[in-house]
Amino acid sequence: MNDAPEPSAVRATKEDGIIAEAARAARPNEPANGGGGVVLRTDKATIRFGGLVAVNELEMSVREGEIYGLIGPNGAGKTTIFNLLTGVYKPTSGSIHLRDQRIDGLRPYEIARLGVSRTFQNIRLFPGMNVLENVLTACHIHAKQSLSDAVLRTPRFARDEREQRDYCMELLDIFDLGRFKNEGGTSLPYGNQRRLEIVRALATRPKLLLLDEPAAGMNPSEQDDLLKLIRQIRDRFGLTILLVEHNMKVVMGVCERIQVVDYGKSIALGLPEQIRNDPKVIEAYLGD
Amino acid sequence: MPSFVKRIAGAAALLVLICVLSAAMSEEGLFGFGVPPYTARIAMFAGINIILAVSLNLITGFTGQFSIGHAGFMAIGAYTSAYLTVYHGPAWERALSGSIGETAAHVVVFGAALLVGAVCAAVAGLIVGIPSLRLRGDYLAIVTLGFAEIIRIIILNVDAVGGATGFTVPANVSFVWVGVFAVITVVVVRNIVRSDVGRALVSIREDELASEAMGINTTRYKVLAFVISSAFAGIAGVLFGHFNRFLATADFQFIRSFEIIIMIVLGGMGSITGAIIGAIVITILPEGLRQLPAVGGFNLADLRLVIYSALLIIIMLTRPQGLFGTREFGLSWLRRPQKQPAGDKGVGGDNGVPITQDSESVAADDEAGSDAGKGGDRR
Repeated sequence: MNDAPEPSAVRATKEDGIIAEAARAARPNEPANGGGGVVLRTDKATIRFGGLVAVNELEMSVREGEIYGLIGPNGAGKTTIFNLLTGVYKPTSGSIHLRDQRIDGLRPYEIARLGVSRTFQNIRLFPGMNVLENVLTACHIHAKQSLSDAVLRTPRFARDEREQRDYCMELLDIFDLGRFKNEGGTSLPYGNQRRLEIVRALATRPKLLLLDEPAAGMNPSEQDDLLKLIRQIRDRFGLTILLVEHNMKVVMGVCERIQVVDYGKSIALGLPEQIRNDPKVIEAYLGD
Repeated sequence: MPSFVKRIAGAAALLVLICVLSAAMSEEGLFGFGVPPYTARIAMFAGINIILAVSLNLITGFTGQFSIGHAGFMAIGAYTSAYLTVYHGPAWERALSGSIGETAAHVVVFGAALLVGAVCAAVAGLIVGIPSLRLRGDYLAIVTLGFAEIIRIIILNVDAVGGATGFTVPANVSFVWVGVFAVITVVVVRNIVRSDVGRALVSIREDELASEAMGINTTRYKVLAFVISSAFAGIAGVLFGHFNRFLATADFQFIRSFEIIIMIVLGGMGSITGAIIGAIVITILPEGLRQLPAVGGFNLADLRLVIYSALLIIIMLTRPQGLFGTREFGLSWLRRPQKQPAGDKGVGGDNGVPITQDSESVAADDEAGSDAGKGGDRR
């Protein structure tokens, strides 16, 4: 597990365009991608639900700019780990660090404000909103308008609203969703809903993107598109991506490092080829 | 700045209209054309109910937090302001009238009482909201119901405001006050809803977990919506008390809260125009049914409450989403039929609009929509 590849930091800065620029402008005090440092680290993170130890002393360390896969059989605790990382659950013991900051115990919105954004296993778009509004809502952290600006319709409100809309449309157009902007988010075809959820997550200008089973419910050709999309997102926006996935093709195709969990415990960590041939992993997946 | 001028002009026109209506409703009438006092009274209540319904819609319709405590906040506004105008009002008016004239002193004192009523209701909303908004759905509904009753029972036991015998209040309210505050409520709520804060509120209604994952402090925004909503309920209470000239705690029982909920359910949860129409319908309907004719020696008007209930049931069966659903009805379609506000629901996609053009059309639509929001009240 020591010979993991260098995170592809070079690619990240090459073609990141206005969005990554906006992300950097939003958090100027943070170093630009490319440092290769550790973005996310868990230290013996454990969570118990009653007598059940759902996640047991998990050690994890995600480096800047990499695509990190988290896999495991059904019920292994993958989504629970996601919920720990995003503040939905608080670890019973152990700690979670985002760069140098301890984030366990913070509320989900506080973690989102620190630059961690996520999608959900079962898509959670806002049903009553159209495509554009779904994305605009995620711009909340970076809105420069106050309540009084909104009530009095000040010039600052108009400017901010225009900027957010332009930004969201740009983002939507990159994902080819701009033409659906007035349609209901949940009335889009399934694949586009997944994409929209990713766009919404990106609108918070994250540095770390967590994807919870992005390939769930997709057919093989959609999965291929998704693989390309995930790589493009990382390169274009200069992100670090952590993904939980069930689908081996997706995991092996896109992840640079993979960690395998079973019964809430980490059982293997390494390159895709190493994981593929690891006897422990095979045992966990196929049983003995 | 043309949009600024337009807004001022719109507000002025609206004010003139309200003043004319108010003059027509006064006892003297306007150039001999007077509105009968009975009709004027219904119009006043309709205006007060618009404030209540539109403000409740902010928390229940847009934020999705089911509150049955609106009458409680209304009571706080009514009683605190009445306390001021009864015990301190005359002295303040006398002190002020020397320097700024009697009418102005009257306006200033009542305006101050109204502000105090709104602030007290808002503070009560904050105190109630912080612990109770951790709860969801039915639980929140029961807690708000309980709080409203507690408020009412406390007031019932304060002898300074009349206790169980009721509280006589000097009349201070003309239709100008009610009309102006109905318009202010509609404009403020509309402006909040169509903003970043509004999107945050609606996202809480749609999916609280996802909302929080997008960086929205859901607790803070729920409390914010609750406080704003309570403040307007307080204003409605102030206006109600000073128009009715008599306050009794029986006016603020939970049945009153339910009546406001019926208004927004009928009009459509999450629609401002729906809440306005709902408030007007619920105010007029029971009174209008008194006019029913006698058929074959049997007076249908005696059955008005039965017919009223039956009508509500029929409306809810045929339009369960309310008369308007979440849709808004404004005047923007008159002006720019080719463009749609980006915030509208359920409109077809206008494919392939370049980004640069779009930002302009959004700004233009915003203006049109801003007038439409006021237009909703003009009818």
